[in-house]
Amino acid sequence: MDSTALIAEDEPLLAANLQAELARAWPGLRIVANVGHGAAAVEQALALRPEVVFLDIRMPGMTGLEAAQALAEDWPADTPLPLIVFVTAYDQYALQAFEHAAVDYVLKPVQPERLAQTCARAQAALKARREPATGEGTGAAAPAALEATLSQLRSLLGTPGLNVSPPAPQLSVIQASVGAAIHMVPVAEVLYFEAADKYVRVITTQREYLIRSSLRELLPQLDPQRFWQVHRGTVVRADAIATALRDESGKVHLTLRDHADKLVASRLYAHLFKAM
Amino acid sequence: MSALLDQPTAEVVAARGQRVALRALRSLAYSMLIGLAIVGVTGQRWWPTMVHSVCIGMLCWFFIDLGRVPASRWAHRHAPTDSPEAQSQWPGWPLMMIVIVVGSVLAFTLGSLIAGWLTGTATPGYFRGTLRETVVIGLSSLVPALVMTYWFYSRAVISGQEVAVQTAQRQAAENQLKLLESQLEPHMLFNTLANLRVLIGTDPPRAQLMLDQLIAFLRATLSASRASTHPLSSEFARLADYLALMKVRMGERLQAGFELPPELAALPVPPLLLQPLVENAIKHGLEPNVAGGRITVDAARDGGELVLRVRDTGVGLSESRGDSTRFGLVQVRERLATLYGERATLALSPAPDAGGGTLATIRLPLPVEPA
Repeated sequence: MDSTALIAEDEPLLAANLQAELARAWPGLRIVANVGHGAAAVEQALALRPEVVFLDIRMPGMTGLEAAQALAEDWPADTPLPLIVFVTAYDQYALQAFEHAAVDYVLKPVQPERLAQTCARAQAALKARREPATGEGTGAAAPAALEATLSQLRSLLGTPGLNVSPPAPQLSVIQASVGAAIHMVPVAEVLYFEAADKYVRVITTQREYLIRSSLRELLPQLDPQRFWQVHRGTVVRADAIATALRDESGKVHLTLRDHADKLVASRLYAHLFKAM
Repeated sequence: MSALLDQPTAEVVAARGQRVALRALRSLAYSMLIGLAIVGVTGQRWWPTMVHSVCIGMLCWFFIDLGRVPASRWAHRHAPTDSPEAQSQWPGWPLMMIVIVVGSVLAFTLGSLIAGWLTGTATPGYFRGTLRETVVIGLSSLVPALVMTYWFYSRAVISGQEVAVQTAQRQAAENQLKLLESQLEPHMLFNTLANLRVLIGTDPPRAQLMLDQLIAFLRATLSASRASTHPLSSEFARLADYLALMKVRMGERLQAGFELPPELAALPVPPLLLQPLVENAIKHGLEPNVAGGRITVDAARDGGELVLRVRDTGVGLSESRGDSTRFGLVQVRERLATLYGERATLALSPAPDAGGGTLATIRLPLPVEPA
């Protein structure tokens, strides 16, 4: 049975080459899309639902790792998450992190033998997925595989230098401009931060502010004990959360004290919410 | 070094203790040698003589080494706390002479008392014999004390110099390595090789051209540290090689343009001065931009100055991620400061027109002769 794959690589020659090498190493693999940047990779993968995704680490706009995070968070619950294979030329942080998290990766220039190993592993994983163990294992195998993938991604996302910036001096006040005035918003009063295109929404019990920054820049300046990232676009003050309720897809629905907003923690961060 | 001295760590304290113990051992050895010499010359009984010699010698070392610390603190009391003088444990010779004289007189008095008590023999003290005896006895402890102090001092100076030389050598090597690593950025190199590997199979003539450009780029990078200047036209040619390599990789996402007025082509400039700026334009301007952009390098004359500009239409200064090291810019600024002092500048600003992106401007004094 044929399998499907998506290639995300910003260098056109290398993308064509990976496709050619894959045709040799895995004749049964059909490339459903070949995209040049991370955002397109997420969009196309969600639309075409390939079984394997090859993600270059350094891509314009959104890195391969960010794309993998977005896929893990937005992937619909009715289809298994695609197998993710990272592709990199040289990255001092990435290789160690891949080894540590036991994530499959391919180095550029692509070595045919190495690619063949990767393909064999992916084929075996897909086969195991399609022909689940007989009997009652059917229901349990898929969540276990999903949880393994999620924990690999968590490990990668937490690798210093790969995705997280080094901790910066802690912010105590957010300076938000409202019209001509600058509002000084104590960080302790912030309920949550939400990424909104090139801005970050800052929500307090009274009102909300927009600051011209990215969540990525803001995150290292927040105390990780007090502010939890629960989604790639949401950081919430832990003691502002009232309840957390996990649904069947693995997401966790959060309600807040003193505020009507409902937040969603993605599967990647669901492990933060468990009873003591 | 000074950081280590500011806050003595366990290792520093241990090393200090080791040095003190070594000085004590050496003093002991020399006291015994002096004792043997006295026995040999005067034919006195060896046991009391050795005990006297060791007692006086060790106390000499003790008082002088101990006196050195407050003396040097007093001598450097006006120096700023973190200056090398304030960290020094050497008060200078005049003050040290006083420490030695006082120390050896004290040591002789106390040492003969202790030795006399230990061996049950009386030694003539300073004020019991004739003046001549006093002088001879005094000199017998003063002269070795002086010699030993001088010896310890010069050893410390030499080892200090060795440490300084080694530190300087290590730093130079580290800087060289960092520079080379920044010029031969591994990510760029491996990606280029990956592209080359593809082209060899699909388009051999283009592969050959790319290989020639890579060779020219590598040759220029590796020899840049040796030649002091090359003509501006060569600088532009090397940048063209580099951008051609990047163009193979980035395809339509990279457009490049050069403007070099012919009358400026022969002006000597430091080799690959603009390289880090072009690399930054790619890495922080074009690479993060999904649509890519254009890089323009131009040269112009502005009165008595040569103006070199690298401009990109990438994501711009505020958008680019702040986590990158500023090594490229620091490196360019340091080179300019070393070669031209205050007369050369590097400025980084948002591009002034609607195209967006970043503009890097270098101004060099004309004629471009390094100071």
